[in-house]
Amino acid sequence: MTAGTETRIPGGIGQRAIRPDGVAKVRGEFSFAGDLWAEGMLWGQALRSPHPSARIRAIDIAPALAINGVHAVLTADDVPVNRYGLEHRDQPVLAGDFVRYAGEPVAVIAAEHPDTARRAAAAVVVDYDVLDPLVDAEAALDAPRIHPDGNFFRDLVIRRGDVDARGQIVVEGTYEIGMQDQAFMGPEAGLATPTSDGGVDLVVSTQWLHNDRDQIAECLGLAPELVHLTLGGVGGAFGAREDVSLHIHACLLATRTGRPVKIVYSRAESFLGHVHRHPAQIWMRHSARPDGELVSFDARILLDGGAYRSSSYHVTANAACFAAGPYRVPNAHVRAIAVRTNNPPCGAMRGFGVVQSCFAHEAQMDRLADACGIDRVELRLRNALAPGDELLTGQRIGGVLPVADVIRACAAMPLPAPAPDDVLARPGGSGRTATASDVRRGIGFAVGFKNLMYAEGYMDGSVARCRIDAGVVTVYCAAAEVGQGFVTLVQQIARTVLGVDDVIVAPADTTIGSAGSTSASRQTMMSGGAVEKACRAARAVLDARTASDEGGKLDLAALTAHEPVDVTEEYHHRLTHPLDADGQGDAHVSFACAAHRAVVDVDPELGLVRVVHLATAQDVGRVLNPLQVTGQIEGGIAQGVGLAVMEELIVQGGRVRNASFTDYLIPTALDAPTVEAVLIEEPEPGAPFGAKGVGEPPTISSTPAIVAAIRDASGAVCRRVPVRPRDITA
Amino acid sequence: MSETYALHVNGKDHPVTDAWLGESLLYVLRERLGFPGAKAGCEQGECGSCSVLVDGTLVCACLVLAAASVGVEITTVEGLQPDARGAVSEVQRAFVETGAVQCGFCTPGLIVAVHALLERDPEPDDLAIREAISGNLCRCTGYGRILEAVGVAAAKRREAAR
Repeated sequence: MTAGTETRIPGGIGQRAIRPDGVAKVRGEFSFAGDLWAEGMLWGQALRSPHPSARIRAIDIAPALAINGVHAVLTADDVPVNRYGLEHRDQPVLAGDFVRYAGEPVAVIAAEHPDTARRAAAAVVVDYDVLDPLVDAEAALDAPRIHPDGNFFRDLVIRRGDVDARGQIVVEGTYEIGMQDQAFMGPEAGLATPTSDGGVDLVVSTQWLHNDRDQIAECLGLAPELVHLTLGGVGGAFGAREDVSLHIHACLLATRTGRPVKIVYSRAESFLGHVHRHPAQIWMRHSARPDGELVSFDARILLDGGAYRSSSYHVTANAACFAAGPYRVPNAHVRAIAVRTNNPPCGAMRGFGVVQSCFAHEAQMDRLADACGIDRVELRLRNALAPGDELLTGQRIGGVLPVADVIRACAAMPLPAPAPDDVLARPGGSGRTATASDVRRGIGFAVGFKNLMYAEGYMDGSVARCRIDAGVVTVYCAAAEVGQGFVTLVQQIARTVLGVDDVIVAPADTTIGSAGSTSASRQTMMSGGAVEKACRAARAVLDARTASDEGGKLDLAALTAHEPVDVTEEYHHRLTHPLDADGQGDAHVSFACAAHRAVVDVDPELGLVRVVHLATAQDVGRVLNPLQVTGQIEGGIAQGVGLAVMEELIVQGGRVRNASFTDYLIPTALDAPTVEAVLIEEPEPGAPFGAKGVGEPPTISSTPAIVAAIRDASGAVCRRVPVRPRDITA
Repeated sequence: MSETYALHVNGKDHPVTDAWLGESLLYVLRERLGFPGAKAGCEQGECGSCSVLVDGTLVCACLVLAAASVGVEITTVEGLQPDARGAVSEVQRAFVETGAVQCGFCTPGLIVAVHALLERDPEPDDLAIREAISGNLCRCTGYGRILEAVGVAAAKRREAAR
C-alpha cells in the first residue's frame, strides 16, 4: 500500500470490503428493474421495424386496439417531441416517415398481460415502402444522405510532427473488428407511474439518470422537475445503458393510460434495443529505425455508427487519440471517421473506441518487432510512453502512466502449466473432438492505454450529499450502481473519512444533482471524489462541534443528537480543451494502462482455440478494494476473450441474424481463462485516494494478446476479430 | 384458456388461479406466486438465470410450462436458504465474501446450480465446477471469483458434515 489515507477501520479504503447489496443478491431478494410490480400495472411492448430502410406509408392500429386487454397503441403522432439522443437529438422515439434500421420502434402498446401486448404488437399493420438499405460503411462516405443530418458523425484528423517522415523499417496492415454486444445479463426494464401533478415517475435500469430524465422530459413536453427517475436494480451495463431504450416509451404509455406501465425486454429485443460496439475497418502503417524506435505512424479508421449518432462522435475521438497505443510517436497522421448507415446503431461499450484501435496497433507492433529483429516485449519497452511524453494530440502526460512498469511486470509473470489431459480442457471442449497431439500452445503479448473520464472540454461533475442524523450516516449520490461496486466504495469512503462502521447508501435518484454517467471509468474518481468531499465537509462540521480533541474517534450520535449534519458537495476534475483542426489539444483528464500476456491452446487443423491463461499487470493508481479490482480485471478480460474468439453480432443486409444467447456466444465458465494479475500502485496526483478507474483497461489489450497467441500457435494471420475457425485453418 | 391449479414450491402448496396455460414456470413463479429470485435472462434455456430444482434436478424454469409442473417438488433460491432475515447458506456466504457477486442478475441461478452440484459431488475439481456451471452465464465476473466461491463453499460444507 502506498501513500494516501490509510485506514484501520474494517471495511475502509484499501480493504476487502463486502458489497452492501451482496446478501440480498445471493438470496434472490435484490430488486432488479425487471422485478418491479405495481397495483393495476400494464405491460408495455414495442413493435419494431423488420426493415433496415423503409418509408412508412401508413400504420393501422385498429386491429391491435380491438384486442381485449389492450389499453393503448401509440405511434409517432402521439409523441409530443419526437426526437432524442444521448449527445445529439437525431433519433425518433417512434419512427414517423422513415425507419432507418431493422429493430427501430414504430409503435408501443400497453396491455394487461405481456402476451396480450405481444399479440397486439403483431396485430398492428404497418404499410412499408421498402428501400435499399445503406449497409456498407465505406459506401456511406459518398452515398446520398439517409438522414437530414447527413452520413458523417465525425471525420477527425490528427497531424503531428512531419507527416512525411519515414523510418527505414515499415510495416503496413489492414484490420477488421466485428460488432460486439455488451450482452449484460439483466435485460432492459423499467416501471413508469403517472403522478398526480401531471408528471411521471420512472424506475429504470440505466447508467445515467439525469441525462435520461432530460431526454424524457423533452420528448414528453414536460418540465424536467415533473419527471422523476430512480435507479432500478441494474443487471450489468458495459455501455449499453447509456442511451435511452424503453424509458420514453414507458413514460408515454403511463401518462396516456393513467396506469403504471412496466416494460421488460426479451433477450432478442435487448439485442435490437441497445447500441453495440462499433465495427471497424482499420489501416495502419508504422515506420521505425532499425533499432525499433518509432519514426512515424499513419492510420485510417472507419467506424460504422449505424443509423443514429449515439456516442459515435466521442468514440471516434478515442479511436483516433489512442490509435498508436502507449508509445512515443514523433510524427503521425491519423484520420478517423464514423459514418451513418442503416445498420444497428452503435455507441458505448467498455473500452469505447480504443478496443478497435488496440487490436490493430498491437498486431502492428508484433510485426514491427519481427521486421526489426527485436524481441516483441523489448520493442514495446523501447517505445513506451512515460509521464512528460506527448500523445498523438500533443498533450503532455501530466499524471502517472507506468507503461514500462506494466510491461515488465506482466512479462515476468510465471507461465501456466501444460493443460491437463482432459477433453474438457482441450480447444473446443468435450464436443469438438480436438486431438491432444494436434494441440499447439501459443503465447501473445499486448499493451493498451485509455483515457479516464470524459474529454474535449466537457464540463464534468458529480454531486454527493452526506447526512448524519442521531449518529446515522446516510450518503446520497445519483451515480448508477450497475454491478461494479460503487455502493461498496461509498461505504468505504464514508467509513474512512468519518471513522464509523455503519453507512447507509441511499437509493440513487434525481432528487439530488447529477453524478454523470457510470462510464469512461469515471465514477471512482468523479463520484468517489464527490462522496469524499461531502464526507470531509461533514467531518469538518463534526470537528467544529467537538470541544476538544478526543483522540480521533467521534461520538456521532451525541454530536448529531440535536441538530443533524447535512452537506452537499460537487466534485469536478481539471478542465480539458477541444481538439483543434490538426487534432491537437489538451483534451484528456487522465490515463490508465495495462499489459496482457495470453496463453492459448489451438488445434490448427480444426481452427479451435482454448484461452488457457491471462497474465496482466495494470496501472490502478491505488487499490481501494482488492476484491472489486480483481472482479473488474477478471470480468473485463472475459469480455476481451469474447471479442477475440467468439462474440459477433452478425448483421446481413442490415438485419441482426443472431439476436439470442443461442447464437450470440459469450464466454461460459469453461471458456474463461485463469487470470493472474499484478496491480501497479502509483497514486494518481489529484485523484481521490490516488485511485484510477479500473474497468476498461482489462478489455482493451486482452483481445490483441489472445489473437497474438493464436498467431503464435497456428501461424495464421488473423487480421480480424473475432477469430473464426476458418481464419486459423485458411 | 385459463385454469386453476396448484404448484408445490419450497415445501408449500401455492394455488395458481385463472392463469393462461401457456405461461412458463418462470413467469408463474415470478409474476403470480411472488418468487422473483429466478430471473428471466434469455427465456430460451441458454443463460441459466432462471435455474430452479424440480424434484432435485436442475432445470431452466423458462423452458417448463407451469401447468405441467403440478405434482412435483419445485425449489427456488428462496427455498435453499435459512428462513431468518438475511441468513445465508454456505454457498451464499462464499459468494458474498469472495467477490463472486457483481450485478447479481446471474447469482440466484448460480446459487441453485452450485447447491445442485455440491449435493451430487461434494468435492468437485476445477473442471468439474466449470462444467457444472457452464450453463449459467455471467457477464460481470469472468467467473474467477465464482470458481473460488464454489471451492470455499465446498470446503465449508465438508467441514460441517464431518
